[in-house]
Amino acid sequence: MCNCGSKDVLTPQIGVVTEIRTETSDVKTFRIEKPEGGKVFDFMPGQCAMLSAPGMGEAIFSITSSPTTKDYMEFSIKRCGEITEYLHAIEVGQQIAIRGPYGKSFPVTTEALKHKDLIFIAGGIGLAPLHSVIDYMLANRDDYGSIDVVYGARSKEDFVDYKELSEVWPKEKNTKVHLTIDKAQEGWTGNVGFVPQFLKDLKFTPDKTVLLCGPPIMIKLCLAALIEMGFAKTQVYTTLEFRMKCGVGKCGRCNVGNKYVCKDGPVFRCDEIDELPDEY
Amino acid sequence: MQKIAELIKKEAESLLKENKVTAVWAWQPGEFYYDNSPVCFTAPEQLDKLVYNEFCPSNLGKYLMAGSKKNETMAVFAKPCDTYGINQLIKDHRIKRELITVIGIPCSGMIDIKKIKNQGVKGIISVSVSGDDVIVTTAYGDKNFKKSEVLLAKCMSCKGSDYMIADKELGEKMEVKCQKLNPEDGVKKLEAMTSQERFAFWQQELSKCIRCNACRDICPACSCEQCIFDNQEAAVAGKASANTAEEQMFHIIRAYHVAGRCVGCGECARVCPQGIQLGLLNTKFAKDINEFYGKYQPGSDDDSKAPLVDYKFDDVEPTISAKGVR
Amino acid sequence: MLKINKAKWAELFAALSAQGTLYLPAEVDGKVDFTVWQDGTEVNLQATQTAKSIKNVFFPQIENLLDFKTDGLKLSVEQRMLPEEDTIAFGVRGCDVCSFEVLDKVFLKEPVDAFYKARREHCTIVSLACSAPDETCFCDTFAIDATNPGGDVTTWLVGDDLFWQANTDKGKELTEKIQALLAEGDEAGVNAQQKATKEIMAKLPLADFKIDPKIPAEQEKVFNSAIWKQLSDSCLSCCACTYVCPTCHCYDVRDFEIDNKVERFRCWDSCMCKDFTKMAAVNPRVSRLERFRQRYMHKLVYFPENNEGTFACVGCGRCLQKCPVSLNIVKVAKALGVAKDV
Repeated sequence: MCNCGSKDVLTPQIGVVTEIRTETSDVKTFRIEKPEGGKVFDFMPGQCAMLSAPGMGEAIFSITSSPTTKDYMEFSIKRCGEITEYLHAIEVGQQIAIRGPYGKSFPVTTEALKHKDLIFIAGGIGLAPLHSVIDYMLANRDDYGSIDVVYGARSKEDFVDYKELSEVWPKEKNTKVHLTIDKAQEGWTGNVGFVPQFLKDLKFTPDKTVLLCGPPIMIKLCLAALIEMGFAKTQVYTTLEFRMKCGVGKCGRCNVGNKYVCKDGPVFRCDEIDELPDEY
Repeated sequence: MQKIAELIKKEAESLLKENKVTAVWAWQPGEFYYDNSPVCFTAPEQLDKLVYNEFCPSNLGKYLMAGSKKNETMAVFAKPCDTYGINQLIKDHRIKRELITVIGIPCSGMIDIKKIKNQGVKGIISVSVSGDDVIVTTAYGDKNFKKSEVLLAKCMSCKGSDYMIADKELGEKMEVKCQKLNPEDGVKKLEAMTSQERFAFWQQELSKCIRCNACRDICPACSCEQCIFDNQEAAVAGKASANTAEEQMFHIIRAYHVAGRCVGCGECARVCPQGIQLGLLNTKFAKDINEFYGKYQPGSDDDSKAPLVDYKFDDVEPTISAKGVR
Repeated sequence: MLKINKAKWAELFAALSAQGTLYLPAEVDGKVDFTVWQDGTEVNLQATQTAKSIKNVFFPQIENLLDFKTDGLKLSVEQRMLPEEDTIAFGVRGCDVCSFEVLDKVFLKEPVDAFYKARREHCTIVSLACSAPDETCFCDTFAIDATNPGGDVTTWLVGDDLFWQANTDKGKELTEKIQALLAEGDEAGVNAQQKATKEIMAKLPLADFKIDPKIPAEQEKVFNSAIWKQLSDSCLSCCACTYVCPTCHCYDVRDFEIDNKVERFRCWDSCMCKDFTKMAAVNPRVSRLERFRQRYMHKLVYFPENNEGTFACVGCGRCLQKCPVSLNIVKVAKALGVAKDV
């Protein structure tokens, strides 16, 4: 029934879930491929895709795997609403509707990030979009300077991608991982405390570029801490979250100022956010 | 009307200057004399924008709800019909009586600009009203009307010039002089139809609904913080107008929810952008309630119990009607 | 210039409707609105404007996009056929013709919305010049010439004659198909009408209303203006303005389960609705003031910033007519001090 060649921008493709990993009590990672194998579409780190729960609607999610992974895409998704509830209940082998990629990626191919010393700061599920960037950079290690990953979660059971954080990334060249949890816990000998304070304790020098992702309050406090430490807003990248439906800057829902978060974001540099009206 | 406007301005000024209230609800002019908007004045300097003329139909009472929640002291200028709605809001605990100052202002009926425009009048530059004479100056020449012939439908069924609640009354009371309309006449016509004819009438009428919710938002009896029709998950917000059954259910359910509390202010029918005859629906409910439970005018006081939230031992029982036939 | 007398209009509409579904202004439910022409339709070309805009010809209130079918773990998706129906929009006023250009800037910008594009390409627009502007009209503010409204074909109603001029290839193609009904006409009557109409427009209350094109530079000042509270206090959030506005284009994408499949459709939505920006965790625009402000900032500031100064308003005046509490874009622009005296 489709007079194709003219595929509409809102029409998804079919993917299949080939693996599901439980990360924490409310986060799962889903691996999605084309039914015949391979990535459903190509993308750059920081970009997102719309996943459908037929009958309930769509929601937009950051792609957490790196584009350098050739054969599949992964999404780390937190269960917090209708659509994510549906996703958490599906099984391996389930076909799923997916469309994308949407949004501006982190500028990993430009001098904005290349050859720079980088700090990744994440809280909770905020690690998801940054995961894609970190893996991309580690796959092109020589193009980037030092990498420090500062990551905080409620408890050690709430760390997403714990394997990468504890076993894989610290072994990479010039790459350090700094973990913290909110409250002291038995069996945890690492740092205890919220990320903004932890950041100050780590005493980073303000010659690095920062990628920051997490709950809005954490972003606000971390940014304040970074500025206190001498960083300029032009050195900090973050992602904005807004309700999205079309993903292509037409339905008007994610319009903030003269930007559409789905199309001109979700990645923004912090000085660009200053130019937007104070609604976020 | 200009004299009354002056009195209103003076009163508003003294209320604000003497800090008796922090906000005064009245009207401000638009571009064309007939497009006044409700506005909340918070400082005496703003009052040179205050207007009161034959085009101030809005009932300002509902706007007091937001301020009441924040414990703000407010004054409102209320025409006689508006006072019914204000009483209802007080009775429903939506406005705290001690926070508001109601100033009764006289009214001899508000003009319906649509009635003038429906006679082919375009390009209105200004309107002047003197007694029963309305002179409309347009880019195509002047047109004359009799005010009594171009009043809002709700004004043609005016309940009278007495204020149901007023801390102060300004000026002399005025009467609406026109061919009076009895809202029940329209209802009687419906009652005379067969049930199929009536069903077809309402199906046609309510299919025009675009679910803008203006009727609900302006109604003094409709004051739920979260309307059941705003429930996204139940998918009854009606954005898609997938089928007209939903529009019909919205209006019938709303009529039931306000039954016994509808003051008959006529605002719902006035604000409907599609011109749906909502008055007929609510008047029918009111008429039936009067017949079943005795004549009762909601809004005439702020403490009597509405018929459907009260009972008497000799109340009519549903079993009296067999299979819907009375 | 061609023309056709009133006596032959019925034939004209019949001939046009043989070329495609013909939409024209007619008496519907006591109002004048665009409707599909049929024998017996009460056409009304005198009304200054229709109650609703004609945006639904390109951007229908509900549009089925695709269907999902599930079969165990398998999922199939089938996009609905793109509209192929030829349509003719007849009697479109200058303001509405220009509104299509505003919508084009949204829907035809990459990535292109295929459904909108198909409808737009299959439609021939026959505009109708204005001769009796209303006080609520202010198309002039946006440099729209109501007396020469453009489109594929422009028509002028002078007395009992409808003058006809094809502008584009599409317009010429349509004209050829109904050529037999048209006679030669001379422009004198049209020119006289245009002059008279402009004289009337100069007398109307909004003749001097202009919006300052420099607003985007003053964005922050306008955004933070204290006047928003007073403006939005009396708004009911009823969304009637967005419904009748020819350039409002916000939409929702929803699913509808029926029989053994799921239909995904697109429907009109309004930024004035409470839940428009609601997310699981937070609602960035939870108050009416914020939503009211967003609508007007979008129309007067953000859209022009992204679209070479084009405002997302064509001065049709429908919001001035429909708002239950008489709020509208003119009042907002004046109150914010972004209207300048010409």
